[in-house]
Amino acid sequence: MTRVSQISVFLENKSGRLAEVTRALADHQINIRALCIAETIDYGVLRLIVNDPAKARQVLTDNGFTVTETGVMVVEIADRPGGLADVIERLAAKGMNIEYIYAFVTRSGESARVVFRLEQMEEAARILSQAGVRILSGEEVYRL
Amino acid sequence: MRDGYIWDVEAECMPARELRAVQSQRLCEVVRRAYENVPAYRKKLDDAGLTPQDIKTIDDLAKLPFTTKEDLRDNYPFGLFAVPMDQVVRIHASSGTTGKHTVVGYTRDDIELWAQVIARTLAAGGTRPADVAQISYGYGLFTGGLGLHYGAEKIGAAVIPTSGGQTKRQLQIMQDFGSTVLCCTPSYALVIAETGMEAGVDFSQLPIRAGFFGAEPWSEAMRREVEAKMGVLALDIYGLSEIIGPGVSYECPQKVGLHICEDHFYPEVIDPETGEVLPAGKTGEIVFTTLTKQALPLLRYRTRDLTTLYEEPCRCGRTHRRMDHVGGRSDDMLIIRGVNVFPSQIEHVLMGIEGTSAHYLLVVDRKPGRLDELEVWVEVSQEKFSDEVKQLEALQERVQAEIESVLGLTVRAKLVEPKTIARSEGKARRVIDRRDLG
Repeated sequence: MTRVSQISVFLENKSGRLAEVTRALADHQINIRALCIAETIDYGVLRLIVNDPAKARQVLTDNGFTVTETGVMVVEIADRPGGLADVIERLAAKGMNIEYIYAFVTRSGESARVVFRLEQMEEAARILSQAGVRILSGEEVYRL
Repeated sequence: MRDGYIWDVEAECMPARELRAVQSQRLCEVVRRAYENVPAYRKKLDDAGLTPQDIKTIDDLAKLPFTTKEDLRDNYPFGLFAVPMDQVVRIHASSGTTGKHTVVGYTRDDIELWAQVIARTLAAGGTRPADVAQISYGYGLFTGGLGLHYGAEKIGAAVIPTSGGQTKRQLQIMQDFGSTVLCCTPSYALVIAETGMEAGVDFSQLPIRAGFFGAEPWSEAMRREVEAKMGVLALDIYGLSEIIGPGVSYECPQKVGLHICEDHFYPEVIDPETGEVLPAGKTGEIVFTTLTKQALPLLRYRTRDLTTLYEEPCRCGRTHRRMDHVGGRSDDMLIIRGVNVFPSQIEHVLMGIEGTSAHYLLVVDRKPGRLDELEVWVEVSQEKFSDEVKQLEALQERVQAEIESVLGLTVRAKLVEPKTIARSEGKARRVIDRRDLG
């Protein structure tokens, strides 16, 4: 199973908190590959894909942040109209429930990379692999 | 506007000497009743080396040990009742400091006494049989609704038991039924006034003319605001369920403090630290001894309410001493929308919920035209932090639901980052009260 480690940080909606997270990571030479924020009235959950998840977790914990590590799946998707739709339809057809999804900032040539979090991760990975969709390994992702 | 009047001239205007004699005689009786019928009081007096014979006049009161909310909790639910259940006709309850309620009972005579002291209260603001009294205090275990209800009926007013909430309906009833008297918490009176003004209600055209507002602290500024907006005479009313409920003391239109029904509830103001009785004019914790109550006699009950006693005669002619508006507490109890809230109750709930830490902060706010709001700030624990917002929202909702079911009060839970709630070195600061009570 090609699970990628995602770092999630609980952030209160206070000015400067996001800056503190990104600065702490920068000070330790940690590079952010992809990110998204799920927000509510009072707080947000910042989700990060970084080049060194273990170190990132340590750095943020040491800086007093509430951090957890979650397994996600990074999928390579054809960079054309309908590329994402094709993948999601395959999952939907099998009744896979997507918790959240966000895209990588960078792109390389013909493909885009999208982060998926699902209830049944293993099953989803199997479905996509069988359909010829490429799923990136952790090493590949951290190296990007 | 018709004037206030004195409901029970004989009792309320009793000359001081005579009043002391009545109080002395009643004190001897209540001490004897408590000693003979309540094992916990027998033990208290025995431990203090006292017998009922040692209490001969009201001057002997200070010899007696205090009674506290913890005594009620330790004897939960009925252990301090001085009569068998066949004589109890009513039971009410209010918040206790932890999981258990403070339970109080009434005999038929107690209910009559309660109606009498509320009648004194309502008469002071001019309530008469022709009045229509809208009771917008909550009905139920809370003593506010039923307490005012029986007193208004005793006078012979037409009682509308609307209970609290549903402000639009309150306004509709006030207009259609021609309510002349309103009884509710002062903050709810403001909500009714402001909601009405927004809906275009012209209170000056309505027969409403007096309001009896209590069960929570309020300021003179708030009084002026309610009086101006609703066109009523607004009077303060004080009480606590342990002593009887509302009606322990009440304001007359002189508005110079609340007359204590001291022929039934004997007041002392003490230094909350030392327990020493303070002279009139000094601020401290008010302590009551119920002189006539049958079901639940309490000797020197520590209310934790901070106030001052005034002995100077009032121009209204009543001889009973007055107490100032309660300005604070000697413990950490909060009064929110008339509901007593102890931070320890919330702590108790949070300890039972996985995913929260023991650190919390209560933020109380009163925004213009709104009822008091209680926000409970809870730190998310590192161990239980979930990446998924729906899990966090479920945690938030669980905290809200469990606190609501304990307090009977809607609260808003707010999840905050760990270690953001200040840790103080001594007693943790658990409460931020932003209400301006002047």
